[in-house]
Amino acid sequence: MCGIVGLFLKDKSLEPQLGEMLTDMLVTMTDRGPDSAGIAIYGSETDGQAKLTIQSDNGDADFATLTDDLSAAIGTPVSLRRNDTHAVLELASDQVSAARQAIRELRPNMRIMSDGEVIEIYKEVGLPKDVAARFDVSKMGGTHGIGHTRMATESAVTTEGAHPFSTGADQCLVHNGSLSNHNSLRRRLKRDGVRIESMNDTEVGAAFLSWRMQNGASLGQALEDSLDELDGFFTFVVGTKDGFGVVRDPIACKPAVMAETDQYVAFGSEYRALVNLPGIEDAKVWEPEPSTVYFWNH
Amino acid sequence: MQTYDLAADGLRGMNTLLQEQNNETNQTAWEIVNPRGSHAIAVGLDAPIEVTVKGSTGYYCAGMNQQATIKVEGSVGPGVAENMMSGTVIIEGDASQYAGATGHGGLLVIKGNASSRCGISMKGIDIVVHGNIGHMSAFMGQAGNLVVLGDAGDALGDSCYEARFFVRGSVKSLGADCIEKEMRPEHIEILKDLLERAGADAKPEEFKRYGSARQLYNFDVDNAQAY
Repeated sequence: MCGIVGLFLKDKSLEPQLGEMLTDMLVTMTDRGPDSAGIAIYGSETDGQAKLTIQSDNGDADFATLTDDLSAAIGTPVSLRRNDTHAVLELASDQVSAARQAIRELRPNMRIMSDGEVIEIYKEVGLPKDVAARFDVSKMGGTHGIGHTRMATESAVTTEGAHPFSTGADQCLVHNGSLSNHNSLRRRLKRDGVRIESMNDTEVGAAFLSWRMQNGASLGQALEDSLDELDGFFTFVVGTKDGFGVVRDPIACKPAVMAETDQYVAFGSEYRALVNLPGIEDAKVWEPEPSTVYFWNH
Repeated sequence: MQTYDLAADGLRGMNTLLQEQNNETNQTAWEIVNPRGSHAIAVGLDAPIEVTVKGSTGYYCAGMNQQATIKVEGSVGPGVAENMMSGTVIIEGDASQYAGATGHGGLLVIKGNASSRCGISMKGIDIVVHGNIGHMSAFMGQAGNLVVLGDAGDALGDSCYEARFFVRGSVKSLGADCIEKEMRPEHIEILKDLLERAGADAKPEEFKRYGSARQLYNFDVDNAQAY
């Protein structure tokens, strides 16, 4: 199974409530995926600054002197905002790849969840309500966000097997389904220098989209390409810095419901996830068609 | 009219109450409020009662229905009226995947669109969809009628037996062993009756009939590619 929720706000006045609305949607999808949960949240931007979301199973030790160690290594100031097992590092945006490299050397056991100007990713093993509570997701604001509740099939129940997956700056993907050609595609992408960290099928899907976008494709084109290249079952919801996309495989047995009003575009694996959204009674509600790419941009 | 608040009083209580009704019941009209997309609403009923669901539902609404008339004032998730035996199920909005799957009898009316696999393995149910239906609809349909006022998606009636399909709009593609067939007077009669009962504003003459070419009934090595 697995549950997906997504919310793309059109009405700025709702932005402070993004985390609260997403949390409610996510917890409703618990029985589709009680193994682990995660969210990607697209928040505010500071000019010239980038964010790296990092995760450690031993945050007290790993985070304690990280800002000093990292600043010294890359020669630029770094700030750190800890949130339970995760932390968000802020640094000059031209230092992101240097910082990635330095983190790998300074703290080899730490995981980098995402980088970008606005994205933050939080994901852990456990019930969605517990995961949302430990990161205080309901207090987070932002322009759009994507959440996932996982019932594991293709790889182990671990933090790195949880969704969302981010394989490019400000990009993320969540997935309901299973890909059957992920091993061969992973080999192909790695040969092209694409960074793939886990044995998870979804990460390969995410990496494929990032790779297409790095090669000049728009989000919409990349999603179209995924229909040709990916084999298996999938309903994908994808986020970029200012966009939000949905695509389902041609068989479309993984459920999906969308709702749109003047205030937002929302996605849920089931209608249940959408029932508390404002104005849902009058929203345009529909099931996305198979092999059809939907995307919205700010 | 009996009103049941699903949000306040729970799913099992509702289904127990509805399933307890029988042919002699005086409580013949029920209203379910606050469905909020819940699964398995009004399943396994076996009494001539009328149930109105005031909103949209999740999976398997009105499954295994016998005798009851169930109306949903909203859209339904996957598997509505699955394995229905008799009675009537009316959906005011859209239906998700495999609406009316394996149904043996009764009438399912969907006033919006139905998505993929509508009427899959239908065994005698009548289904009238006012809008469009998705791909692989009526796959292995054995008996009954599927009437579509709009368009049908890919592979309509793949590997079907004796179910009949009437489509007013376009058919994106026909499935293996499904062909267009002649519309004879008896089919016009069947269709006229179904359209009337489904409150559909359409003339039988506007439809085309599709059904089995009967080439895949028995194993034939020349058909090996199609099995």
